[in-house]
Amino acid sequence: MLALGQDEIAKYPFLADAGQYLKDQGFSLEQFGTDPDLKQLIIKAYERILVAADGKIYKSDLDGDHVSKEAALPREVFSFLLAIVLLKLSGMHTLIKRFALAEARRAEKYLEKDLANISDESKNQLAIRVIDDLFSVQVEKLKDYFVIPVSDYLKHSINFHEREWKLINRYVENGYVFLSPHETVRLIRKELGTYINSKIINAKTPTMIPGFEDSVNKLVSLSKKFATYTVTTGEYPPCVKHAIDILEKGENLPHSGRFMLATFLLSKGQSVQQIAPLFKNAPDYNERVTLYQLNHLAGTSGSGTQYSCPSCEKLKTQSLCFATSECDNIINPLQFGRKKK
Amino acid sequence: MQEADLQFLEESFKKYYFNHFDLITVPERTSEREFGYQKFNSGMTRHISIKDDKELHLMLMQNIPSDVYCSNAYYTFPNLPMNEKDWKEADLIFDIDAKDLNLPCRENHTVSICNDCNEVSKTSIQCMKCNSTKLEKKSLPCKNCIDASKNEVLKLTEVLINDLAITQENIQVYFSGNEGFHVYVYNSQFQQIGSRERSELTDYISLRGTIPETFGMKKFKPNRASFPDFNEKGWRGRFSKQVFGSKSKRSKIITELITNGYSSFQKILDDVSENIGVKIDPNVTMDIHRIFRLPGSINSKSGLTKIQCNDLSKFDPYVKASFLSDDTVEVLANSPIQFSLKNKKFGPYSNEKITVPTFAAVYMICKKLARIA
Repeated sequence: MLALGQDEIAKYPFLADAGQYLKDQGFSLEQFGTDPDLKQLIIKAYERILVAADGKIYKSDLDGDHVSKEAALPREVFSFLLAIVLLKLSGMHTLIKRFALAEARRAEKYLEKDLANISDESKNQLAIRVIDDLFSVQVEKLKDYFVIPVSDYLKHSINFHEREWKLINRYVENGYVFLSPHETVRLIRKELGTYINSKIINAKTPTMIPGFEDSVNKLVSLSKKFATYTVTTGEYPPCVKHAIDILEKGENLPHSGRFMLATFLLSKGQSVQQIAPLFKNAPDYNERVTLYQLNHLAGTSGSGTQYSCPSCEKLKTQSLCFATSECDNIINPLQFGRKKK
Repeated sequence: MQEADLQFLEESFKKYYFNHFDLITVPERTSEREFGYQKFNSGMTRHISIKDDKELHLMLMQNIPSDVYCSNAYYTFPNLPMNEKDWKEADLIFDIDAKDLNLPCRENHTVSICNDCNEVSKTSIQCMKCNSTKLEKKSLPCKNCIDASKNEVLKLTEVLINDLAITQENIQVYFSGNEGFHVYVYNSQFQQIGSRERSELTDYISLRGTIPETFGMKKFKPNRASFPDFNEKGWRGRFSKQVFGSKSKRSKIITELITNGYSSFQKILDDVSENIGVKIDPNVTMDIHRIFRLPGSINSKSGLTKIQCNDLSKFDPYVKASFLSDDTVEVLANSPIQFSLKNKKFGPYSNEKITVPTFAAVYMICKKLARIA
């Protein structure tokens, strides 16, 4: 674990050991529920969650000049820790996810500032160490750029669907990818969110503390707002239509195309017996092999793994994507025609 | 394939395996690899672990496989079912195949063989004799195919070394035994990356999925200074050499590109990608559980051996990869395409009984263009 100063804990509160921090500061959770001065912090924590639920980033007291820093720092940390307590007490996973993401975005801002800080080398080094310790990405500074090994870059960039994050759209030289401070930090956003999320999920849920009930109840009713329903049109995406076309014409569909078609239809609930006849026209059709392979994909034979439909990105690589405007930036054929209501 | 053909191939392969143990050696870290093989007219047997050369040779002699494979991946338990193997890492592998290069020469030396009536013809949609649509294409790659494939290997090596910091001694190039080359990369920073990461790497190497911004073109208010310099490294540099041609034309061409606009730039990019992207088979590189043809083994699509190329420019597969015996055999050949093996020319043959050396007979039978008479 990194040794952190007060202001670093305020910027990156998820790095602190919560229980230890409270103890060090000489407080117990119960005090926050009863002491009228400390109770203010529960309201602050609740607001911190509210802002996150709204998809915004919590505006920290650290940024303004109106509060003296020494007083602001612990309050920043407390409001974060109390927010986690409230979330755990409410048990609402949608809120936890939103909160983790918003907190990640907030930390991202500070990480970026620290990385780009040319006047204070120690800030710079701390940010680099946080990134290395938490996400095993080795960042090195090279003139105005931050360079990271291509293999490290790939492990994170594959989670992005925007084309600009593809390796081919990056400057690559001698085994390294060149990034700006903003891009370096953006690269680990998801992992930062996951990290904070898992810290919250793994935290112990305390029993209800007197004085916390109000905020917790408000959170429970708030989370109901986020329930969503989806409807699908049931139409096949163009890649699947294309694959069916090819097979109907008796032309050869490559193995990867057959894999996509079969996994797509299986995911849509069709049975092996319903799917098998589709392949009858294939030049190399063999009923026994087809059934064997379909059962394998369905997980009814072999390892028992049920294979999932490949992503749009993978299908593009395999020249199996025939996207139309109706695809509407989906990332997997299974999402085609799905609308949120 | 008729019984006599299978028997003949099996015998010829057996002789090769018996006489050429020197060419077939196990790869490094043998016990961490998965082996597999196919016998003539039979399915794949895999999840085999092998200790050393002796065990491998024994397996070859006992089974006389048509094709032998070995994983590029390293496992703790290579002989267990896939999800219990405990995958550790995998060498990077690349497959370059002449059939993926869209070469104009291809149609001159490709024929269709009807799966129903064995008719050999130039048609590609329907058998002229029995109207069946179950046609199988067979190609006898020409020198141009091999040269074009070699050129892709050179392009690949250049990207691997300059962009991805792979050292020359960690790259090995093999003739695949049929229509192309297999490239292995050892000890790189990519040993442990998964399939999705390898897929991204594949797109990088083949210059796929580019956006105009990467090469300096913007949708609004494009800026001349953001276009690549002529001597830049990586794909920006290769792009400028391809698109600008020479340093002196850079400025003029940038003006043209900006005038023609964003969407026309995207089209140019697609074109450039087709021209200078390395044409590798993405499925091979992104498969981290593949068993890949074992060096030194015979490719049953041709009867030629998968063999390492130490001097690629001089390497002639039709001389260097043909190891079967010179003993003659009588076959009924129907090969409309002429080919050359071990510096001898064969064909074209039109349904005629001929006597040829074993290596040529095997080549034609593997391509389904002859049968034992």
